[in-house]
Amino acid sequence: MEHIVIIGNGISGVTLARHIRKRSEKQITIISAETEYFFSRTALMYVYMGHMTFDHTQPYENWFWKKNRINLKKAFVDAIDTSTKTLHFKEGETMRYDKLVVASGSKPNKFGWPGQDLEGVMGLYHKQDLENLEKYAPNNKVCKRAVIVGGGLIGIELAEMLSSRSIPVTFLVRESSFWNGVLPEGESAMINRHIKKHHIDLRLSSNLKAITSDENGKVKSVIIEETDEDIACDLVGLTAGVSPNIAFLEGSGIETERGVMVNRYLETSVPDVYAIGDCAEQRETIGNRRPIEAVWYTGRMMGETLAQTICGNRIPYKPGHWFNSAKFFDIEYQTYGWVHGKKGRPDYEAHFHWKHNDDTKCITIAYHKETKTFLGINTFGIRMRHEVFDRWLTEQRQVDYVIQHLSEANFDPELYTHHEQVILNAYKNQLQSFLHEQ
Amino acid sequence: MSLAKPDALDISIKQKTAIGLGVVGLLILILALFNLQFPNVSVWLGLSLTLIVLGTIIFSHDAYLTKEKGIKNHGVWFKSISSRGVLGWITGVALTAFYIVLYFYEGLLGAGTDGAENTGLIALFDPLSQWLSGRPASQWFVYGTLYTVAILVFGYKFLLKYRHNRYEQIRTVSVMFFQLAFAFLIPEFMYVMNSDLPYYDLKNIWPLNYYNFEQYRIDAFINAGSIGMAMLVFGILSVFVITPILTYKYGKRWYCSWVCGCGGLAETAGDPFRHLSDKSQFAWKVERWVIHSVLVFVVLMTTAVIYTYLGYDPEKYWLTREVFLILIVGFLTLIFALTMLFKRHELGKDATYGAIGYFVIILILIGMHLFSSETKLFLFEAETLRVTYGFLIGAVFSGVIGTGFYPIFGNRVWCRFGCPMAAILGFQQRLFSKFRITTNGGQCISCGNCSTYCEMGIDVRAYAQKGENIVRSSCVGCGICSAVCPRGVLKLENDRMKGRINPTEILLGNDVDLMDLVNQK
Repeated sequence: MEHIVIIGNGISGVTLARHIRKRSEKQITIISAETEYFFSRTALMYVYMGHMTFDHTQPYENWFWKKNRINLKKAFVDAIDTSTKTLHFKEGETMRYDKLVVASGSKPNKFGWPGQDLEGVMGLYHKQDLENLEKYAPNNKVCKRAVIVGGGLIGIELAEMLSSRSIPVTFLVRESSFWNGVLPEGESAMINRHIKKHHIDLRLSSNLKAITSDENGKVKSVIIEETDEDIACDLVGLTAGVSPNIAFLEGSGIETERGVMVNRYLETSVPDVYAIGDCAEQRETIGNRRPIEAVWYTGRMMGETLAQTICGNRIPYKPGHWFNSAKFFDIEYQTYGWVHGKKGRPDYEAHFHWKHNDDTKCITIAYHKETKTFLGINTFGIRMRHEVFDRWLTEQRQVDYVIQHLSEANFDPELYTHHEQVILNAYKNQLQSFLHEQ
Repeated sequence: MSLAKPDALDISIKQKTAIGLGVVGLLILILALFNLQFPNVSVWLGLSLTLIVLGTIIFSHDAYLTKEKGIKNHGVWFKSISSRGVLGWITGVALTAFYIVLYFYEGLLGAGTDGAENTGLIALFDPLSQWLSGRPASQWFVYGTLYTVAILVFGYKFLLKYRHNRYEQIRTVSVMFFQLAFAFLIPEFMYVMNSDLPYYDLKNIWPLNYYNFEQYRIDAFINAGSIGMAMLVFGILSVFVITPILTYKYGKRWYCSWVCGCGGLAETAGDPFRHLSDKSQFAWKVERWVIHSVLVFVVLMTTAVIYTYLGYDPEKYWLTREVFLILIVGFLTLIFALTMLFKRHELGKDATYGAIGYFVIILILIGMHLFSSETKLFLFEAETLRVTYGFLIGAVFSGVIGTGFYPIFGNRVWCRFGCPMAAILGFQQRLFSKFRITTNGGQCISCGNCSTYCEMGIDVRAYAQKGENIVRSSCVGCGICSAVCPRGVLKLENDRMKGRINPTEILLGNDVDLMDLVNQK
């Protein structure tokens, strides 16, 4: 029986394994050095905050794997011999495969900062990082201040985590406004204010110069590039993005750049070797998407797709309309289609922006300047229906239509106050003043 | 035991003081329990209740109003009280002991028997009872008062905790209102107006109110004239008409998390324990068998009891035994036949077995009747069935285990495993209701907050991560899964029956051709 070996037990690898099992009797092995069972990486923060225990982050009960004949192996792949189709483990054993799937995910970025490998300096990605956090920041007596470097989704999560234990946080953000490489101005500014409301010491346009050490090789302080300010701290979180975790592929002959190079069929340069999820890099651009997408949803979609190919129905990876979500402290964020920040915004993309007076809700709708076609929406503090926006994007609706029918897309809990009428009025006013100016 | 991180989240001095006030309030009740004679009873009762209320209010203000609005479950799994730590166990044991005394040793509470004056704790509540209805307190009055106070003060705490969520707010005001008005005040006022009426909490519907159709109550209803008859008719209508209509339109939540007293306590005082429910598939299996067995038990018990007393006095009851039995059997056969005819494909294997088993029991019921003596509907005396049910289910299950074990098994043990009313509503919710929890396309990140905080132990994530709506008998529609979801994936709503159950393999957001290929087959 064909043996499918998957390196990595994250959402991509596990989705793939489940779908292969649904359509075949192939032998399936999932290898991970991180944990015995699949867990939701995005939920690690809730374990530290005490909302859940680690067990709760595991989407399947432990009997699930045996019942579905998915073998789990806890080991670290040291080398891959693609000519004999053999994996060599650090622990000394070997394993033969017929088809190999690399789904090894990411690792936190480090940019060669002085002191980046000191004790108490860490990323937030692996389960082991959580254990480190418990060691260096169990409470505000052991950790009197933490400094977070990097203003993205993981940085703000780490800030929320630490502040849940009343640990003072300084948050260094390279950009002039939080995540403004992705978010339009108004939204980014609202999140800045929200971060500060949670008593986070937010430092915009601030870069890390160096991390200093105490006599025991543990972090002592952080020095800021722009001001040379020295901030005493007991923990440094490096959250300046992630990159593919593929060091173990060196010497395997599998072509890599930043990630494992794959074609639209998720095939690598070596026959019978595939790559999916965070570690895969597309040779061919897919729409507006980046060649590497370290996103839960795309990992899952690649797993769903590759299962077809491995089970004999060779199909390309063809993701639908872009969507994503996150939560910034108490403000939920969803996006459907494309809404660009200042950076990289195409000329034809115009925005309609509305913000609620309470400064926790806003939306930005992107549309084509000339054709008025709806391009995408960012929504903060108001939940929207994925299905409706997916349909409107496919139907290439006009922006007027979308704003007039916004209530159909509302997904807030029942009895919530609705804002669609106010949004519609704001849209009309804006349009009128625009016409007036002309 | 979770003393792993005791210092991670200290509570403030203000919160400690507030807890102190509440404890002093409780201490007064305990002193009364141990027969300390208070000079001016009403002052001390007032003081005790005021301290409890004040303590909870001050605590809640400091815990929630000092922070931004939003989900605040920080440290839930670190705190001893809410993670089966020492404090959790102490609370569990204390509550359990209270229920054992309440149900089986009411003398210890100071109930005066045979017209003797109350003493101890019950005597402390005499002034309040006298003021409300002009009679001395009973242990049930004491219990009812404390129960209502608990729902009101912890309801207030809940309102602050979820002040960003209007669904939770309105729902909580609703349970607070129904407890205060329907369970506490109206029965007292009805007694003042007409002391012949039996105590009747109008929202307490059979079979949760398993004694509603017992002879003493039926007689009392009949003897109380038209208002009594109206109440009896309302009791029957609530079972056969009101309940099915509301459940069809809104799901069982209209009752379980908006109206019901048991649900009211679970949602307010029990809220800090909701995450302790068991989410394993094994627990779900146990739940299905236990709760439906309780339902069969209560149906048989009630049928047997009514059947028995209908024979005593044919002049008084227009309904004869034979007609009654035919009605019951006919009704159950109808339900069984309709379910098998139209909903067969929606039933799991064990549900089919269960339904068939249930039906066989009905057939046995008929068979037994043909050979029965006067008072036996089964092998057992109706009275034996009644007493056993009252002891095992009414007292031990719903009280001692159901509430006493909040800090150990979570706040909905009774509602999930024991309540026959929940079983009926759940049966309908699963098969014939517009209610569902909609999953928002492909947005789930499998984080597990929804499953963790589901008080009914539903593995919500198992559905959400498949893009499948949640249509489950046990869901009481509390809305907390939707509230704690960080990505806006879950929405409770009433919509068309069609397409309500929508299992998918490939989630929204992927290749549309692939979705068609896999999902349509």
